[in-house]
Amino acid sequence: MSAVIENHHDDHHHGPDKGLMRWVLTTNHKDIGTLYLWFSFMMFLVGGCMALVIRAELFQPGLQLVVPEFFNQMTTMHGLIMVFGAVMPAFVGLANWLVPMMIGAPDMALPRMNNYSFWILPFAFGMLLSTLFMEGGAPNFGWTFYAPLSTEYAPPSVTFFIFAVHLMGISSIMGSINVIVTILNLRAPGMRLMDMPLFVWTWLITAYLLIAVMPVLAGVVTMMLMDIHFGTAFFNAGGGGDPVLFQHVFWFFGHPEVYIMILPAFGIVSAIIPTFARKKLFGYDSMVYATASIAFLSFIVWAHHMFTVGMPIAGELYFMYATMLIAVPTGVKVFNWVATMWQGSMTFETPMLFAIAFVILFTIGGLSGLMLAIVPADFQYHDTYFVVAHFHYVLVPGSIFSIMAAAYYWLPKWTGNMYDETLGKTHFWLSFVGVNVTFFPQHFIGLAGMPRRYPDYALQFADWNMVSSVGAFLFGFSQLLFLFIVIKCIRGGKQATDEVWDGAEGLEWTVESPAPYHTFSTPPALPERSLA
Amino acid sequence: MASDNTYESYYVPHNSPLPIFASLGLFLTVYGGGSLLNEMSSGASSNFGITVFMMGGLVMAATLFFWFSKVIEENHAKMYSQQMNKSFVWGMSWFIFSEVMFFAAFFGALFYIRFWVVDWIGGVGERGPSDMVWPDYVPQWPLLDNPNPEQFAAPDGVIGPWGLPLVNTLLLVTSSFTVTFAHHAINHGERKKIVGWLVATIALGLAFLVCQAVEYYEAYAHYGLTLNSGIFGSTFFMLTGFHGAHVTIGTIMLIVMLGRAMKGHFTKTDCFGFEAAAWYWHFVDVVWLLLFVLVYILGT
Repeated sequence: MSAVIENHHDDHHHGPDKGLMRWVLTTNHKDIGTLYLWFSFMMFLVGGCMALVIRAELFQPGLQLVVPEFFNQMTTMHGLIMVFGAVMPAFVGLANWLVPMMIGAPDMALPRMNNYSFWILPFAFGMLLSTLFMEGGAPNFGWTFYAPLSTEYAPPSVTFFIFAVHLMGISSIMGSINVIVTILNLRAPGMRLMDMPLFVWTWLITAYLLIAVMPVLAGVVTMMLMDIHFGTAFFNAGGGGDPVLFQHVFWFFGHPEVYIMILPAFGIVSAIIPTFARKKLFGYDSMVYATASIAFLSFIVWAHHMFTVGMPIAGELYFMYATMLIAVPTGVKVFNWVATMWQGSMTFETPMLFAIAFVILFTIGGLSGLMLAIVPADFQYHDTYFVVAHFHYVLVPGSIFSIMAAAYYWLPKWTGNMYDETLGKTHFWLSFVGVNVTFFPQHFIGLAGMPRRYPDYALQFADWNMVSSVGAFLFGFSQLLFLFIVIKCIRGGKQATDEVWDGAEGLEWTVESPAPYHTFSTPPALPERSLA
Repeated sequence: MASDNTYESYYVPHNSPLPIFASLGLFLTVYGGGSLLNEMSSGASSNFGITVFMMGGLVMAATLFFWFSKVIEENHAKMYSQQMNKSFVWGMSWFIFSEVMFFAAFFGALFYIRFWVVDWIGGVGERGPSDMVWPDYVPQWPLLDNPNPEQFAAPDGVIGPWGLPLVNTLLLVTSSFTVTFAHHAINHGERKKIVGWLVATIALGLAFLVCQAVEYYEAYAHYGLTLNSGIFGSTFFMLTGFHGAHVTIGTIMLIVMLGRAMKGHFTKTDCFGFEAAAWYWHFVDVVWLLLFVLVYILGT
């Protein structure tokens, strides 16, 4: 590491501006990364409050707090906000902060477009949230917005929902073009693709997936718009169209989308585990190939979300077997993480706790996914709480835990201060318990037959629903502790060293802490043959 | 990749007001557009939607103008390295890929409808019982007999490939050649030829759009082929309409390039703006060829 030149200065070096306009006008990848991360956290709290409305209503059978119409708006908005407003922007924020530093680039390739990608989002989500106050209420058709619920029977606010999705798509596509171009064009001289850190690799593939499927989402909402306002018949069988067409096009976007929300998480965990196991990542090459295989498979498995819609049997079988194939590359990854820890000198700081919890709990979510892939079994599980438990296991202790892990892992580099380790561990254990208490019982009530998206349920589901609601409130309020820890860390704390963690490898640890406003204005020299 | 000693510094612009105006313009455009559509569909009379929509369009157009001017200015000030140019090349390539996927969604929809849905509604294949809803419906393509004629009045006929669409094919294919000739002229530094071939390309593009407008008029006036005439009209207008919109955008890009060429821009080594427009034009051309084969020849 000593060969690496630290901390470059050149003549047009300047620091950040003062005041609000710094954030509005900025073209700096670190500023924009920070904006993305704060925006994501705000959306996480907003979407979380909606989840708590849902869980509060489901605390007991019967209708207590909200009317069913509002309950439907909550399930819909919770899903949309968490997927498009919390998880995706958080990963883009991390990419902004980390990709240029990890590959030795001076900034993102197209800095002004980078600002544009971010500032579209507050407008998009402002418009989406404003639908809550419109006549007829917010979208109430579920985050998957199946036609004809979202066309013929939708509230008028659906038009604004459609345009909000368009804006998010434009933002995502531009953000992804930026990431992909940065990675392909701005790597430090001598850094080959197979030298890149895995976080960079997973984001390269994620960006490719985003550019490939966000336009398809734009296409499907445009067809909805035409059906609603211009009398076309895409999703109306009376004119020769088909509501199932909606599901095919939507899930052609939707399945790659779920990998968009997990591949960067794989990259984060692949950075953290080697650091705290003090070993090189086991099977770097196979990790790259596994990520690429998962991305490829994601395009050819979409109809496993629609087994009960009445597809021909050949289609059901094909999508079942293709889906099960995904377990192979995913298994490679889990094996590699475990093998990395094997005989390592492990310590358990907060990022590592989140990363290990990720490996265990994501695997639970992956295994319930395999159960759902089995066509005859899925006829029973479809649209029950088992599905809810499944995808929350991969998204909450999966994606969200990885984002938390990343925040704790890189906060010292971003702020120059160590976070409070005791509070961090407390946050981890509260979250870990909260998540499992919330979602594990949902497996049971799902298998017992409780359908998702209903405000009321039969009496036999009462006990586990109560447990689940208690867990949800525990998990939700624990996140305020996270907010406190982050603010405390930004305001002060033990000074962090440049390397921060003693087992950490990568170019971002060669610059000082906090990372200067401009890093690598001239590219760094790479250490000989290292996985820089 | 360049080695250490030949590495040029990469231009990172300082603060810019352009993106926030572009975000605002985009937001006003879609918010106004959405309000306008809702006013139309609910029959309310209000100027709110159209006003906001037009304001957004203006902000957007102005911002794009200043944004591209700024980039051209920076390029002329020699602030961009070779590596920067490569970023633009990659950026445009991936943007075109996203456009390919946008059209893929509509082509995919056409394929699914045509090969499965039309038959299934008529009870052909494995989904036999579905013909109980509309027993009189006969599956066929193009669909001149909708399952529910009360809701969707079927067209009397569709546009065949060998009239205007063939003319349009010739126009666009020719324009792909003329734009390439313009590129050759840039490589040889022949100013007059650059302008001449660009004018020819733009003229061909405009002629295409006129033919398309005539074709739409025919469809509405003589065939009863409309947006609400069932799934054939839906897929037909969606695909050709979005293609037409892209031809319009491509023509605007070429007009800008014509203006720049007349100002003396573009040399053999520095003509990315032109190349980007030309690639976009070729992309639009390829989409048309797919449309011509899949929608017109095989579809009618």
